[in-house]
Amino acid sequence: MKRPAANNIGGALSDAGISRRDFLGFCATLAAAYALPTFSVGAIAAALEKASRASVIWLSFQECTGCTESLTRSHTPTIEGLILEQISLDYHHTLQAASGAAAEQARDDAMRANAGKYLLIVDGSVPLGNPGYSTIAGVSNVDMLREAAKGAAAIIAVGTCAAYGGVAAAQPNPTGAVPVSQVIQDKPVVNVPGCPPIPVVITGVLAHFLTFGSLPELDDLGRPKIFYGESIHDRCYRRPFYDQGKFAENFDDEGARKGWCLFKLGCKGPVTYNACATTKWNNGVSFPIQSGHGCLGCSQPGFWDAGPFYKALSMPTTNAQKAAGIAAAAGVAAGAAMAYANRRKKAAAKAAHAPVKVEDLVQEKKP
Amino acid sequence: MSGLELLTWARGPGLALALAIGLFGIVLRVFEIQALGRKADFAKARAITPGSGWRTIVSRSLPPPGMLKRAPLTYLGGYVFHIGLAIVVFGFAPHIELIRGLFGIRWPGLPNLFVDAATVAAIAAMLAVLVGRLTDPVKRLLSGFGDWLAWTLTFVPLLTGYAAFHHLMENYTLLLALHILSVELLLAVLPFTKLFHVVSLFMARWYNGDIAAKKGVAA
Ligand code: SF4
Ligand code: SF4
Repeated sequence: MKRPAANNIGGALSDAGISRRDFLGFCATLAAAYALPTFSVGAIAAALEKASRASVIWLSFQECTGCTESLTRSHTPTIEGLILEQISLDYHHTLQAASGAAAEQARDDAMRANAGKYLLIVDGSVPLGNPGYSTIAGVSNVDMLREAAKGAAAIIAVGTCAAYGGVAAAQPNPTGAVPVSQVIQDKPVVNVPGCPPIPVVITGVLAHFLTFGSLPELDDLGRPKIFYGESIHDRCYRRPFYDQGKFAENFDDEGARKGWCLFKLGCKGPVTYNACATTKWNNGVSFPIQSGHGCLGCSQPGFWDAGPFYKALSMPTTNAQKAAGIAAAAGVAAGAAMAYANRRKKAAAKAAHAPVKVEDLVQEKKP
Repeated sequence: MSGLELLTWARGPGLALALAIGLFGIVLRVFEIQALGRKADFAKARAITPGSGWRTIVSRSLPPPGMLKRAPLTYLGGYVFHIGLAIVVFGFAPHIELIRGLFGIRWPGLPNLFVDAATVAAIAAMLAVLVGRLTDPVKRLLSGFGDWLAWTLTFVPLLTGYAAFHHLMENYTLLLALHILSVELLLAVLPFTKLFHVVSLFMARWYNGDIAAKKGVAA
């Protein structure tokens, strides 16, 4: 990690060769995401430029480094990457040059020097099944998280693993993986889910903290409403095709070529809340649906276990036919038993029936 | 349990369970009714009129002369509701996907606008016949728990489906899950309530039409 000499963000960005124009573009994206009017772009830029670097400690637990990759490799040099990586990061064991005891020393130092003020970012889930499943420098994830959380001003759980358990917590969850919010309950945890999350969303939360000194408003799943307030489906440019009933039936048919809706190919956009359809990926170039693949639902809790990726949302996720077949057979058997019982009842009634003979009839005398 | 988890349960075990109970009940009752049987009819048919049973299945859906005027609400409300419901169930693309997922058959879906209009019409018709049932003293007297139950079980899926489609509640996923669960409830209790008419109606009408034809009053 090379850190620019400047100790505020504006200076650091110009040191890194980011043009004013690009920076304002980035601030405009944030303003749009925060649902602020365009005239506030200048104010955001001014506040961000002046903001002194915040200390960020990034802990990686049971993860695949995809979240870090998303942030650092999306585009070079990205303002998102710079703000986090070069300006603020004090500890990130994948990105930092130091290793071993020196790396842990850096974390200790940052925690002590910025006690109560640093931002703690976590990616990856925490295994509770056995502390030995995942350790850093011999310290279990859960212990390191608890310790680092104590002095943090805010905690940001980046990626679906840190936010909801993710792939490690998918059935049968062999490590007993849990999200950060299950370990830390006395502090606000901002969830920035996605597998991986969109880079601008990660920095958008960070920038919100730097600009306004506060965390953005969260939804009931702990996600910033500014980025996760709307479903992919509601902002999808293929939505008119969904409404007209025009669907691609496979990935290479006429409908797919014409850009029709991907619902039948398993798109989970209707139940997925994320900013893909609005901010898009790779500097606004595209997003999965635009590239022809349905949404997987990666920003929702439990999406790994939410049925096959390529089955339409309204399709059964299990083999319901088998159950139906067995039930129908059982119905025939029960029906046969019932029919037998009914016939016996009928026969018994017939047997018990005493015919009336003429002698049995008495003529009533008229009074 | 999050909305998505509930939805996943509804699409998986919930669906299998509802389908199993519903199918078990339908097969059981059809079998039972058929097996009750009738004594063999040795009388010579008065007229040979093949197809009378089949024709009766259709003709009984048409109002007898004068009835449309006497009970417009019952007939028109009934038509709008039943036709609307059929359009919604068999015309909405996601529903067709479900049927394809279960039985492998498919057909083209209808535009959402059309399905939406049918939903509104069906809901309005259901409310109208409900008011009719509540205000008409005779109908009210004839109505029992089973009737109110059948109405409610049918109304809830329509309402939740409509609300989910239009995002009338913030949590769309939960609403969608509730919609599917309400349909599953409908499916599971169908054979054991008055809703069984979706199956028994065809058997009963065929039988009536056929026996009437043998007696010389063919449809
Ligand atoms: S592609 Fe997916 S998100 Fe877009 S309209 Fe179709 S179902 Fe909705
Ligand atoms: S389109 Fe869906 S699956 Fe893909 S990254 Fe966005 S939220 Fe995740």
